[in-house]
Amino acid sequence: MNLFKFNGGVKPDYHKDESVSDPIAKAPLPSQLVIPLHQSIGGIPHPLVRPGQKVLKGERIGAADGNVSSAVHASTSGKVIAVEPRLMPHPSGLSALCVVIEPDGEERWIEKGRLDVNSTPPDVLRDFLRDAGVVGLGGAVFPSHLKLKAGKSGGLEALIINGAECEPYITCDDLLMREQAETIVKGAATMQTMLTAKTVLIGIEDNKPEAFEAMKAAVAKLAEKTMEVVMVPTRYPAGGAKQLIRVLTGKEVPHGTRSTDYGVQCFNVATALSIYRALEYGEPLISRIVTVTGNVGRARNYEVLLGTPVSELVALADPRPDTNRLIMGGPMMGFTLPGNTPVVKATNCIIAGSPKLFPEPPPEMPCIRCGSCSRACPHDLQPFELYWFSRSKNFGKAQEYFLFDCIECGCCSYVCPSNIPLVDYFRFAKSEIWAREKDKDAADSARVRFEFRTEREEREKAEKAARLAAKTAAALEAAAKAQAAAPAPGEAAAPAADPAAEAKKALIAAALEKARAQKEQVHPANTEHLTPAQEAQVNEAEARRAQAARLAETAGKTTDGT
Amino acid sequence: MNNSPYFRKPTSIQVIMFKVLVALLPAVAAYVWLLGAGILVNVALASITALAGEAAMLKVRGRPITPFLSDGSALVTAWLIALTFPPLSPWWLTVAGTLFAVVVVKQLYGGLGQNPFNPAMAAFAVMIVAFPALMSQWPSVGHPLDFSAQLKLILGGLRELDAITGATPLDALRTGLRESGHPVTITSVMNGNPAFGMAGGKGWELIVLGYLLGGLWLWQQKVITWHIPLAFLAVLGAIAGIFHLASPEHFASPLFHLASGGAMLGAFFILTDPISSATTPRGKLVFAAGAALLTWIIRSFGAYPDGVAFSVLLMNILVPLIDMYTQPPIFGHKEGGQKQ
Repeated sequence: MNLFKFNGGVKPDYHKDESVSDPIAKAPLPSQLVIPLHQSIGGIPHPLVRPGQKVLKGERIGAADGNVSSAVHASTSGKVIAVEPRLMPHPSGLSALCVVIEPDGEERWIEKGRLDVNSTPPDVLRDFLRDAGVVGLGGAVFPSHLKLKAGKSGGLEALIINGAECEPYITCDDLLMREQAETIVKGAATMQTMLTAKTVLIGIEDNKPEAFEAMKAAVAKLAEKTMEVVMVPTRYPAGGAKQLIRVLTGKEVPHGTRSTDYGVQCFNVATALSIYRALEYGEPLISRIVTVTGNVGRARNYEVLLGTPVSELVALADPRPDTNRLIMGGPMMGFTLPGNTPVVKATNCIIAGSPKLFPEPPPEMPCIRCGSCSRACPHDLQPFELYWFSRSKNFGKAQEYFLFDCIECGCCSYVCPSNIPLVDYFRFAKSEIWAREKDKDAADSARVRFEFRTEREEREKAEKAARLAAKTAAALEAAAKAQAAAPAPGEAAAPAADPAAEAKKALIAAALEKARAQKEQVHPANTEHLTPAQEAQVNEAEARRAQAARLAETAGKTTDGT
Repeated sequence: MNNSPYFRKPTSIQVIMFKVLVALLPAVAAYVWLLGAGILVNVALASITALAGEAAMLKVRGRPITPFLSDGSALVTAWLIALTFPPLSPWWLTVAGTLFAVVVVKQLYGGLGQNPFNPAMAAFAVMIVAFPALMSQWPSVGHPLDFSAQLKLILGGLRELDAITGATPLDALRTGLRESGHPVTITSVMNGNPAFGMAGGKGWELIVLGYLLGGLWLWQQKVITWHIPLAFLAVLGAIAGIFHLASPEHFASPLFHLASGGAMLGAFFILTDPISSATTPRGKLVFAAGAALLTWIIRSFGAYPDGVAFSVLLMNILVPLIDMYTQPPIFGHKEGGQKQ
């Protein structure tokens, strides 16, 4: 097959051998499961369980919030002991709502319901996958059901299954392909049906020959004639979705567009597997393969229940005493965990770091515009220009130089001879721009609200004035009519009185009548014929009410406009 | 450091600058062989001055001294000055030029990475304007003075140079063609003048080969890309070739242009200075082509024998503009995308 090249990229030390010698092991049931509700891109699922409630393995504990969201499930059976904010595996170190489950050790499953791909309408399949919590397991955790929709142009040219796994240290996809090739291929076939894709291309970096052979054998065994397993050159970030699409099809999907509009869609191998398991066996996503490696005695891949505390997982691999940090993800794009967080759907790898393994870089030097970063950038950006603009907070210019096309792969920082943490500058610039846009949106909506209120007040004033004018006119007319229809006998001979004065009189009379009627209305009927004591009580209560109204009015005035 | 990437390619500014120095060694060796060890004195003088000037300025500017002094950039500037100034220049000329380069052109503009002009070329330009005679006294090749005599010339200020120095080939050609007062041809200028050798200046071919060798090694080491040297040499050769073909007796041959003066040094070591040159691939081509054109114009019609320094400085001014207009298309934006 004819392969294409993407520009840039780097070839770091891969460190994959450490964790591939043993097969995937099942991590033991932890003492406690902390399951964050927000484990995918999109809306935060709302909890469906209360503390004290018993849950079964695979039971939905968080319902998807709208369509751009994904459900979460109990990873084992047990008792919900808390629904509370816990530390999240995120560089911010913030907490978010989690369901804490104490396992009962019985591992009792919910009743599993399977769906037949061929006879079920695609919309139903997608909703099913959303409620099964299936998201992209390559690390981006994008809800898979949203991607299983053909593009505007109809069926896809190629469905790409990403087994490149280009980040150093990570081997979870490698091992999964070696051990579960057939299930992955079946999952890929299912997705091919859903997407009506002409071909399926399974891309694997050439540093994983065992996985390549296993996948090839599986494709041959299942006689998938439109499926091809392709070896791609090992070069970070060949496993980036856009890079792999480029290498396999020659297409470049620009930032902010859907790859389906270009006739391609890309899924991680582990995602293919979980889609198959969800549809075929009715098993929601409750576990994933995690590589535990780095500064450990026994690096290895584990099948881990989501929500397992990272400390319990890492302990299995025997971390060395000088371990000073745990990194989630690879060394190029991962981040240091802020503490003992749970394993989530995005956790593909935990690297125990040590000062020896990841030494502090030498001090940052000035940029000498050598251009190493631009040559390493897989998106053909000019990182050093972006760096100048980000550093000087010239964010407009940074966007002109395509800041948001940056995928933060880390190649530029990796090659920089001045040790400039370029990606950090870009993350900073992006979040500043987002914050400013947010501020601007808030200011915009405040302005719109204010304008609407002013307009409403004006309109109400005008309407009131119009009503008053109409009423006056009606009263005048009524008075004039009354005068004309029934003249008093004594006045018959008298010269006609001034009609204007008469009208005024009538108006005053009408107003007096109205005021009297209102007064009557205000006094409820049951306050008549009261005893003096009762009357005193009523008066007292009314005084209090008036006082309260005055207070409320002043309070309203002071709080107004805040 | 708490953010990814957690490891880095083992490289540094120091390594890059050191490689540039190593790449200059073949030419330095050729210098010593052809012109004597005096060049080493100039290299040492310039190096010490550059380091001292840099250290003083870093102190004044309140910057950390060790990392910046050890980055090697001041040494590269110093070596380039020593190699572009006449090898038997009096010590104060080299010192003044180096100080100007390091203190004014580099540090006053903000230090490493901030200077819009190439420090060595700015120093060369200032000195050739200020001391045109001293900057034109190049020793004849092949009859090196002994070291002590050279040392006396450099340090003692002994200025009986006429006997041992002569005009460079470019200078001789320019003077011969344009200032003799009567129409002459290149052949008549070259005939009988001992300054001219096979390609450029006599003996200088070897030094030029040294630069070429070092430059190619830098390219192989990925310290520089092919764009600037190739574009510079190709355009200079092409223009020279066209005019030489049209009027061989009035315009020197492409080979002469490429092998003379600062062409080869400029192509591989000066125009490729990343700080003051264009950075985009297309920008580098434009930058180098412009420098080549200016070099040829100054050489052929200007008041100075060589034009590399001036054309580098002039192109330095244009770098921001060139970079702005030559931004490469980015991923997914080529040919307006490839939508189905």
